[in-house]
Amino acid sequence: MSDVAARVKKMVVEHLDVEESKVTENAHFIDDLGADSLDTVEIIMAFEEEFDIEIKEDESENIQTVGDAVKFISAKV
Amino acid sequence: MRRVVVTGIGLVTPLGCGAKTVWERLLSGASGANRITDFETDDLACKIAANVPRVDGRGGGSPDMAGVFDPDSVMSSRERKRVDDFILYSIAAADEAIADSGWTPAEDDREAQERTGVLFGSGIGGLQTTYDASITLAEKGPRRLSPFVIPSMLINLASGQISIRHGFKGPNHSVVTACATGAHAIGDAARLIQRGDADVMIAGGGEAAICRLGIAGFVACRAMTTAYNETPEAASRPYDEGRDGFLMGEGAGAVVLEEYEHAKARGATIYGEYLGYGLSGDAYHITSPSPDGDGGFRAMKAALKDAGISESDIGYVNAHGTSTPVGDEIEVRAVERFFGDHAKNVTMSSTKSSIGHLLGAAGAVEAVFSILALRDQIAPPTINLDNPSVDTKMNLAAHKPVAFKSDAVLSNSFGFGGTNAALIFGKA
Repeated sequence: MSDVAARVKKMVVEHLDVEESKVTENAHFIDDLGADSLDTVEIIMAFEEEFDIEIKEDESENIQTVGDAVKFISAKV
Repeated sequence: MRRVVVTGIGLVTPLGCGAKTVWERLLSGASGANRITDFETDDLACKIAANVPRVDGRGGGSPDMAGVFDPDSVMSSRERKRVDDFILYSIAAADEAIADSGWTPAEDDREAQERTGVLFGSGIGGLQTTYDASITLAEKGPRRLSPFVIPSMLINLASGQISIRHGFKGPNHSVVTACATGAHAIGDAARLIQRGDADVMIAGGGEAAICRLGIAGFVACRAMTTAYNETPEAASRPYDEGRDGFLMGEGAGAVVLEEYEHAKARGATIYGEYLGYGLSGDAYHITSPSPDGDGGFRAMKAALKDAGISESDIGYVNAHGTSTPVGDEIEVRAVERFFGDHAKNVTMSSTKSSIGHLLGAAGAVEAVFSILALRDQIAPPTINLDNPSVDTKMNLAAHKPVAFKSDAVLSNSFGFGGTNAALIFGKA
């Protein structure tokens, strides 16, 4: 697992208070991890801060799964 | 008119959580005051408050203390990001009151859910959340503001959160009347039941304003105690010559109000009956009560008329009594005027001497104290009342609880802006 993937996974576990085993690449923030629309806004903000990047609103709409986040962030950092 | 009774109570206070624990500690003359330890107070004239004791040590709490507040027992750390502490306390007090009442409609009992509402208020709302968010906005910009800022600071979100948690789909409403909030919430909720909008209402108030902005703001209005930083337990001393302003408290109080036949039909334990509610405005000043106490007097008169009883039926008054130099004596005179000759038979105490001033939660917590006083026929003490500055025929219950005999009790709450509320409860 890449460094980005490990950090993203750790953040998802902390922010959404879910078990680590559930945070797979295909895990959907809303459908699988119990997030609501406000949680997803918050976690995107947390990614921005952690990785010092900017995620525009239209870009964030495409980040639906843990894998989407890892892929997007890896391309930016 | 439909009758309304109290079938559940819940408390989160500087004397701990749980009505039973708090009531015992209150009658023992305990104080919830402490030195503030969780934020910088070097530049503040007031360095003390009455915090809710927590498992992490804040407010003098410890893990094995009876009635200690454990945020994890209320909700997960993830859920807590969505709520300011005033909501957290409100939820905890409401949970206790609801469990106490035994009124927990099944998930598929739509009618019962729709006939149960929530009316919680707060004087200030999410002050710490607002303060932190302002700093984030100034230092990091709008893109760093959490989406939970607004839902955690909004005052009606206490009612919203309680309704979501328990599936109560009846009237969902809120009150903001400064330090009269808790009393107005209970009175308004009772009227919704009387008028038939609901059969059961969870009502009360929550507050968590012990933060730099809260303390500094009230110090700036010259309302707070500043002379007792080295002896916090002596700071809140209503009616005493040495009083110099209020001591800020925090927490929440909740009651389950229920239509009488509804409560009877399910065999609920009834603490007492809600009898009357009176409201008035001073139309005088933004922070000072009118010197003649006429606003408070008229609220009491209105509550008495609403209750349809005589003033001589009332044996105990839970005073607003905040320990400010001006307000306490004005209230004493107004209450004496209200009772006339009967004043000599009345016991009036200020429980703020023990728990400080819980602002928007005060009226709700004190309504619970009044109901317990009525049930046990005992008035909790006014601690620290060493040298009364006021001559009165009433017994102010200095230091020790006072037994009384009566069928009704009165609770007064007055707020900034000249808003007054009085509640009367009677024996079940």
